[in-house]
Amino acid sequence: MPFIPHTQEDIAEMLASIGAKTIEELFDEIPKDLISGELTGVPPGLSEMEITRLMMERAGQDGLYQNFIGAGAYEHHIPAAVWQITTRGEFYSSYTPYQAEASQGTLQLLYEYQTMMASLTGMDVSNASMYDGATALAEAALMAVRSHKTSRRILIPQTVHPIYRQVVRAIVSNQKIEVVELPFCTDCGQILPESLANSVHEEFAALVIPQPNFFGVLEQVDALTDWAHSKNALAIGVVNPTALALLTPPGEWGSKGADIAVGEGQPLGIPLSSGGPYFGFMACKNELVRQMPGRIIGRTTDLDNKEGFVLTLQAREQHIRRSKATSNICTNQGLMVTAATIYMSLVGPEGLRRIAAQSHANTLELVEQLEKINGVKRTFTGPIFHEAALTLPVPVAKILSQLKQKGILGGLDLQGYYPELGNTLLVCATETKTAADLQNYAAALKQALS
Amino acid sequence: MLIFEHSRPGRRNYSQSPATPASKSKIPQNLLRKSPVLLPEVSEMDTVRHYTRLSQKNFSIDTEFYPLGSCTMKYNPRACNSLAMLPQYLSRHPLAPEDTGQGFLACMYELQETLKAVTGMAGVSLTPMAGAQGELIGVMMIRAYHESRGDFARTEIIVPDAAHGTNPATAVMCGFKVVEIATDKEGNVDLDALKAAVGPQTAGLMLTNPSTLGVFEKNVAEMSRVVHQVGGLLYYDGANLNAVLGKVKPGDMGFDVIHINLHKTFSTPHGGGGPGSAPVGVAERLLPFMPIPIVAKEGNAYRWITEKDKPQSIGRLSAHMGNAGVLLRAYIYIRLLGMHGMHRISEFATLNANYLMAELSKAGFEIAYPTRRASHEFIVTMKDIKDKTGVTAMNLAKRLLDKGYHAPTTYFPMLVPECLLIEPAETESKETLDAFVKSMKEILQEIELQPDMVKGAPHTMPVRKLDDVKAARELDLAWKPSA
Repeated sequence: MPFIPHTQEDIAEMLASIGAKTIEELFDEIPKDLISGELTGVPPGLSEMEITRLMMERAGQDGLYQNFIGAGAYEHHIPAAVWQITTRGEFYSSYTPYQAEASQGTLQLLYEYQTMMASLTGMDVSNASMYDGATALAEAALMAVRSHKTSRRILIPQTVHPIYRQVVRAIVSNQKIEVVELPFCTDCGQILPESLANSVHEEFAALVIPQPNFFGVLEQVDALTDWAHSKNALAIGVVNPTALALLTPPGEWGSKGADIAVGEGQPLGIPLSSGGPYFGFMACKNELVRQMPGRIIGRTTDLDNKEGFVLTLQAREQHIRRSKATSNICTNQGLMVTAATIYMSLVGPEGLRRIAAQSHANTLELVEQLEKINGVKRTFTGPIFHEAALTLPVPVAKILSQLKQKGILGGLDLQGYYPELGNTLLVCATETKTAADLQNYAAALKQALS
Repeated sequence: MLIFEHSRPGRRNYSQSPATPASKSKIPQNLLRKSPVLLPEVSEMDTVRHYTRLSQKNFSIDTEFYPLGSCTMKYNPRACNSLAMLPQYLSRHPLAPEDTGQGFLACMYELQETLKAVTGMAGVSLTPMAGAQGELIGVMMIRAYHESRGDFARTEIIVPDAAHGTNPATAVMCGFKVVEIATDKEGNVDLDALKAAVGPQTAGLMLTNPSTLGVFEKNVAEMSRVVHQVGGLLYYDGANLNAVLGKVKPGDMGFDVIHINLHKTFSTPHGGGGPGSAPVGVAERLLPFMPIPIVAKEGNAYRWITEKDKPQSIGRLSAHMGNAGVLLRAYIYIRLLGMHGMHRISEFATLNANYLMAELSKAGFEIAYPTRRASHEFIVTMKDIKDKTGVTAMNLAKRLLDKGYHAPTTYFPMLVPECLLIEPAETESKETLDAFVKSMKEILQEIELQPDMVKGAPHTMPVRKLDDVKAARELDLAWKPSA
């Protein structure tokens, strides 16, 4: 029996101890009419050899491509040590660290993670992670409304990832929170701080500020943050963690800094893997720590005054506060954070800076080469980090399909997300791309357009 | 020692960072970072050694027995991990075209179909990223259903007092008022209290069955009738599905919506607290409201079902399709077990629990519901022991760590005083259970002879009892370099 160690002898002895004749008898409190017969619709079991064959065949069917899609999930090199350590059984198969004395490995690692993320975002404190970037933003919106008290309105520019906006809407609408979307400048691809005074007249709890935004364009974060604060609202930064090695962190935006920083942690050592598991990060100013959802680890001492780590501020959480908790969140993304912490340690501050710089340089180089192709031009004039929107002379879907024939996933067609932008393609080239890869892409696009 | 304390200025891993680009950055000066990033400057070997050593300070299923009630800590087969980490699966971008992911999508589609078959539900969506998110999605669908019928008066969700904390927290997060109902002395939900609580304001009832008290809710059919009669819906919290997998289908019990914790029943790793994964299943009438995306099969091809196909969907609750890699691991596990492996899970989980209950009872421990069969878990109450000796359930739990066992779930469910919720899971052998009973007996003796030693446990862990009060009062949530 797969993964069940019992011998016939064991079963007989155990039943005798219980005082039952058969295993069946142990289910005698379940009403008979509820017991179902043989499961149909579930195939017979496979051996490990057979399932290996099946999974390898299916993997082969999916193949490997040169990927130039970003749009919230980024291909970066992942050092071999990251997942070799992360999948050690002691991390992989351990439980949530409620028994602190038997979980010091996970707890210390999470404390180190919190330290790294607080510094990266320029904030005072970080929690131990959320499900993903989109839900982290939704939780930040809920947090802002809890702390604001009088307004239940959140401003989200349309330069924020369209799927994030959908997720935020789905989650916060349950609590009758209004989401107001702000338009952007279609020339520069940014939110214009000076336009906000005219388009926003009502009180709001928070302004969401993406950096870089969905188009890869860098926003004028200082002016936006100061404007939100001048309206007595919070500023929520939604940021790319790799970019923070080069860019001003949210905690230093404007004169007072943003109040909450969230984002998708995937670029920090997590494989693309069809969208998950990733992890969301969330960091904030000290004043807001008791409004923060999710697990938080604190450093303390034991009976011998020796340093140790525990889950703290648990009075915010569902297992203590039940219906009065800050969120229903229970699980975080512990194993993903394990990988991210090891990743950040391996690359270090200089490594992360170089990864960011090389990703920026590769994207600039790719854009420069593509713009030489007749009819291809940058959609927006704003400065970019490692992603760019390009306007093509023909519908994007057809071109992407041709590139795919050459083993290139050429980017994301924005038709479904921003139909008003016409034939727009979002491309990204991280540090994983070589000069030859960029030339290869440019040549393929040129051919597809000719 | 923290990783930061291993750091030396200027130490770098040259193999882990690209060369500085030759071209000039085009990031405007005013947007550039001025403060340093506090990441450690350590060698690759230092990093590997540091985190390997940290891992060794953890308990884990791979190293210890976890009789952790309501958490279903079973063995996580290695093949599930290694096959889910084949390069093609890892490198696939979530927004890559469907035709470049047909192998992956086939696995997801078959996982949906299998989960439908074992739960008796009409549809399954794989998007929820954890049990609590599955609950949120389930309750959102309940709301969407009522509102789609023009019924806006349903403002209450009923939750038994033995429920997981996530149930009431979810109902509130979804904008509902929580009505708690009591449990009777047999461990069943008080039917009269339920009848008195329901009405036109009832949106639904959230129920875990078998309950967190480790017993099967015998009146489930009647409860289903009571709630449905007033127009409410039934939510099944699948936290304890391991106890009845392949034996009883939530759909047959009358549930309208369920979530399934894959990190419990389907053996995906707990990972030190996530990632979880909790697909939701729905009855026919909730199909239009399911969260997207869902995988559809058309001919021999698979594609995503999106808002275009399901205009009444409650929407997207994750950036892509939930924790895809976790879903792959569950799929592999299901294929390894197959149709006959499914009901063996619940049979042997139940056998292990009832055996352990019988043996602990014989050893002198008080069982909270001695007249009931255990499901896959059961409760020991330490109330008498505490009254006589002052030794608490938590003291015993910590002493178990010294004996090399993870502690059972303590102080949950809250209605049983000094409780230990014990769930052995089907993957443990009789020898392990016997050794655990032996250690429990030893602790009983220690309580008698050296109660203070037990109260001071643990004694052999990397740290002794930690000061939680200090942690919350003198918040230290991030390391700071000494000035």
